[in-house]
Amino acid sequence: MENVQKVNVTINGIAVSVPKDYTVLLAAKAAGIDIPTLCYLKDINEIAACRVCVVEADINGVPMRNLPASCVLQVQEGMNIRTNTAKVRKAVRNNVELILANHNRECLTCRRNGSCELQKLCDELGIADVPFDGAKRKAVVDDLSHSIIRDSSKCILCGRCISTCKNVQGIGVLDFTNRGFNTEVAPAFDYSMRDVDCVFCGQCINACPVAALREKPYIDQVWEAIEDPDKFVVVQTAPAVRAALGEEFGLPVGTPVTGKMVAALRRIGFDKVFDTNFSADLTILEEGTELLNRVTKGGTLPMITSCSPGWIRFCEINYPDFLDNLSTCKSPQQMFGALVKSYYAEKFNIDPKKIVSVSVMPCVSKKTEATRPEMEVDGNRDIDIVLTTRELGDMIKQARINFLALPDEEDDSILGDYTGAAVIFGTTGGVMEAALRTVADILTGENLTSIEYDDVRGLEGVKEASVTLPINGTPTEIKVAVAHGTANAAKVLDAVRAGEKDYHFIEVMACPGGCVHGGGQPHVSAKARLDVNPKANRANALYSEDERLVLRKSHDNPEVKKLYEDYLKEPNGHLSHKLLHTHYHKREVYCPQE
Amino acid sequence: MQNDCGCNCNKTEDKRYAELKAYIDSVKDSQGITMTVLQEAQRIFGYLPLEVQKFISENIGVPIAELYGIATFYSQFAITPKGKHHIGICLGTACYVRGAQKVMDKVVEELNIGVGETTQDGLFTIDATRCLGCCGLAPVMMIDDDVYGKLDNVDVIPAILEKYRG
Repeated sequence: MENVQKVNVTINGIAVSVPKDYTVLLAAKAAGIDIPTLCYLKDINEIAACRVCVVEADINGVPMRNLPASCVLQVQEGMNIRTNTAKVRKAVRNNVELILANHNRECLTCRRNGSCELQKLCDELGIADVPFDGAKRKAVVDDLSHSIIRDSSKCILCGRCISTCKNVQGIGVLDFTNRGFNTEVAPAFDYSMRDVDCVFCGQCINACPVAALREKPYIDQVWEAIEDPDKFVVVQTAPAVRAALGEEFGLPVGTPVTGKMVAALRRIGFDKVFDTNFSADLTILEEGTELLNRVTKGGTLPMITSCSPGWIRFCEINYPDFLDNLSTCKSPQQMFGALVKSYYAEKFNIDPKKIVSVSVMPCVSKKTEATRPEMEVDGNRDIDIVLTTRELGDMIKQARINFLALPDEEDDSILGDYTGAAVIFGTTGGVMEAALRTVADILTGENLTSIEYDDVRGLEGVKEASVTLPINGTPTEIKVAVAHGTANAAKVLDAVRAGEKDYHFIEVMACPGGCVHGGGQPHVSAKARLDVNPKANRANALYSEDERLVLRKSHDNPEVKKLYEDYLKEPNGHLSHKLLHTHYHKREVYCPQE
Repeated sequence: MQNDCGCNCNKTEDKRYAELKAYIDSVKDSQGITMTVLQEAQRIFGYLPLEVQKFISENIGVPIAELYGIATFYSQFAITPKGKHHIGICLGTACYVRGAQKVMDKVVEELNIGVGETTQDGLFTIDATRCLGCCGLAPVMMIDDDVYGKLDNVDVIPAILEKYRG
């Protein structure tokens, strides 16, 4: 144990000794005392805006002025704190009532009914009435993007989305605009989030305690397709979904529920239940081949992964000079969609026009990716509808399925088989590790048994690794980097641009932690995040499934092998290019409005 | 010439951008320059339209939304162009009880624009102000640096405005 300097404080009569850089909020937690919070998001948003965490305090008998906010009040030797006095209770109640006075209280029909942090707080505080019946600020609903809805009528001006976007992701799409009663969290000049530098990562949705930011819902369209007897509705689920879906049904964060998820999808009524993991394995063969070609034939390096649509949009907006570095591979979602309406349709003699291709993603950016004009083959859209993990949870509830009592079921063939390499795609470092497993085997011509690349695992912002592999007969050091979160991606690209770093291959995922912590994943409250790390827990769920599987290398996937034998012939071949590869273009944002 | 984004702002030929860039370069190494850069831009351009905020954002690395947040928070900044003549009508307590609202209503009626707005010909902008520091003259109106006091009879206002139309 390091020698951390401690200070002694008393909280509600309980003496505790805590590290001197603790806030009163953390000290209280250490003493087993719960202080309510609302705008507080540990390490991300500590701005004392909501005044819900206020306490009474004195230092060596000298009372502090007013009621300080415990989220930013640092402990001091001799501090005596009281969190449960009439004065504190009255102030907290008043502050919440004032927030409610300007809040659209349609709780029963709200997206966050049941997962709303404000609702929970009202329950805990026993708010029975909102005594202030004043004016409400003008409601602005921005639903122009395919991914995110911003609804100012729900916004409580806590700033959690602003801090997340600006400080965690390094983008800064939203900020407090105007002032006083008219304050609104919005992009500049009343632009829609569709038309600014938003990459639709949805981290703002995960940060929002209420429903002021939420995903664009598409559940009704899926039900409609399922009801239509003329439609053949297929579904794919991304690797990260299975690591989090259980949370919608009360399971601990990061409980893997693959088998139950498949069973639920079948009971909802999908005609076929497939797995994005299949096309994740396929991606490795296409992307791995592309990498080998670039390395051996002198193509543009470093090559950068293209699975994360938030990252792609970030690159198109902010780093257009790196577009040639992006792998031309479509994301696994899109590859899968293209194959369902070609390979699968042909094999089972189904009219591709009758196929409705649904995907369930931990992501809201995928909703926008699916609508990119180029994401179609022969007039058939790769993907028709994208749902988030949360929306799948809603559908399961709407179907009155007792999720926890479901048996474990398996995906349908011929697009359902997958290896452990595909499963770990859902976490930062996973795509890189999967690629290295395959590339190393191909280059050495051996079936390597050492397949776990610990250097690219974990939650450090930028990870680096190198492996020595024979290229054109010479042992060559292959240098790779992994970045998660757009701020870290920017760091890596800046270093490459400045010539400070030199890599062959870079994996980027737009969300911190990768897809397991995507903007479409179940909400984990600010309070719960003090005790659990959703990124780590869900990543562990994926790594444990990888370990459990017999096949752990993408090129060993029997259904992918069959796909190449029967249809595609070879990675990066003619048909692959038609179906599975794409292109990118520079994007202008904040363009003048008409 | 059209830019990539479809606009015609032509920053390369507009020497106001060069002036702003020179200012930014002179303060670039200091901390907390956002406010002073916005003030300088407000001085140079008279207001802070999207193109100017984009230019600042690209040059100092602060998101446009943050710049816009600051520009819409402080009344010293304007998002829309200000008129050649600035009309400030005091709505402070003393002026108000002496009939400032009538003065305001008359000016609004004469110019056919709202408070905070600018006339189509770009001549006038009306603002409601707090105390101008001469309560003895209430109700008070200022046009640029000229003070007009004791405006109990609002019928004199059209003639006052006319002086600035020349």
